[in-house]
Amino acid sequence: MFASVVSFFYPVVKYLVPPSVPDLGEDVVVAGKVGDLKPNGSKVFRFGSRPALLLLTAEGEYHCVSAVCTHLGCTVQYRGDLSEIWCACHNGTYGLDGRNVSGPPPRPLENFLVNIRGSEIVVSRKRVG
Amino acid sequence: MQLFTQVHKWVDERFDWTKLTEPLRHKTVPIHKLSYWYFLGGITLFLFGIQVCTGLLLLLYYRPSANEAFESVQYIMTRVHFGWLIRSIHSWAANLMIFTAFLHMFSVLFLRAYRKPRELTWVSGMILLFLVLGFGFSGYLLPWNTLAFFATKVGTEITGQVPVLGHTMMVLMRGGEEVTGATLTRFFGVHVAVLPGLTASLILLHLALVQKFGMSLPPSVAAKAQVNPSAVREMKFLPNFLLREVMAWYVALGVLGALAAWLPWELGTKADPFGAAPAGIRPEWYFMFMFQSLKLIPSKVFHIDGELIGILAFGLAGAVWVLLPFLEGNREKRGGTLIRGAGVFALCYIVAMTIYGYMAK
Repeated sequence: MFASVVSFFYPVVKYLVPPSVPDLGEDVVVAGKVGDLKPNGSKVFRFGSRPALLLLTAEGEYHCVSAVCTHLGCTVQYRGDLSEIWCACHNGTYGLDGRNVSGPPPRPLENFLVNIRGSEIVVSRKRVG
Repeated sequence: MQLFTQVHKWVDERFDWTKLTEPLRHKTVPIHKLSYWYFLGGITLFLFGIQVCTGLLLLLYYRPSANEAFESVQYIMTRVHFGWLIRSIHSWAANLMIFTAFLHMFSVLFLRAYRKPRELTWVSGMILLFLVLGFGFSGYLLPWNTLAFFATKVGTEITGQVPVLGHTMMVLMRGGEEVTGATLTRFFGVHVAVLPGLTASLILLHLALVQKFGMSLPPSVAAKAQVNPSAVREMKFLPNFLLREVMAWYVALGVLGALAAWLPWELGTKADPFGAAPAGIRPEWYFMFMFQSLKLIPSKVFHIDGELIGILAFGLAGAVWVLLPFLEGNREKRGGTLIRGAGVFALCYIVAMTIYGYMAK
């Protein structure tokens, strides 16, 4: 009886679980061209399968962090007027390096390396260890 | 009239219709100063009927894919004759249905209609309320607009925070790790097939239980009736109460039509999975109290993630709410006061947090 039930439901349960898609988690991405961003501006771009935030401070410094809020997964944005990264969903704020500063986010945003290669802005994951 | 009699006779000869509907003809509804609360369940059922009808109409043009969903709703609203009205009625009726379902739940709680022998009527009603909220949540994503996209992202992420099974549940809901077109397809299937099937079955059970146990008398009225049985009058369900109920449906339909015509439901902008969440983002009003609470909980509470505490607290509160009649048990007086207090607290909390959510920046 138990075996019958398992044999009926096992394929259904397996069917409901989506097939695993290989993570497009590239480690290096061209985020744009130098000059795309105005000082104190930002853009959200695709880094693997998730969004990332590239920003250019008024002082001309690039920063790049994961754009996925560590609270409940909303996509964050750069607030040029406050010089901070802000999540509109639950009012969480982060520093430009991704450090969680105020509101509900429990962890910092993943911080990426930004390099300029010729006219391209290249973003890469930091190697751990 | 003669035709009607003939049809009735034809059906009766084959299916024993008169016998089947016998209990309904004997059903009575007590008349007292709180009788009008009895209409709420019927109004909610009527709005569910409106949802089924308008939903079927929307299905004729709606396309459940990330590339076409937004455009198909846009098409319904701008090109299809009265498409804006059908979609508007569907959206407004959804909101009114959730509102009347909540009112119905609180009226049952405060009139203490959940007590023995109606415990399972309460439990089935609470499951129906959760299903109705499920309709709201799954239907919200279908137009594939920015607001809906982020509301779904947050809502499914909340599920993902549940310890042990959370992540698997989130992947099952989303159809992957992220909110994508796969999520839309799943939500569509759940919204138009799974939930209607479950809800229709449970409505039948709920109505059968209401029919079995009859209408509950509030304790104050029941006490009066015990002293003087003739103090509480009754009316027949068929046709007296039903005709009054139909009048209430007619009023509900009028309100619905007026809202849909004067305040057509907006579509917003198409969702961009790689765009930032816009300022002023908020969920539908019925999830606002939870949204605002999660906003206020600090990131860490005793070294535990704040949102996890919030989610577990809401989950626990929901489970306790379903089991309220069993918590009262035989301690009628003390248990009743406690449950009424919990009801007042929950109502005040929901209203206050909702208002705060709309007023907060």
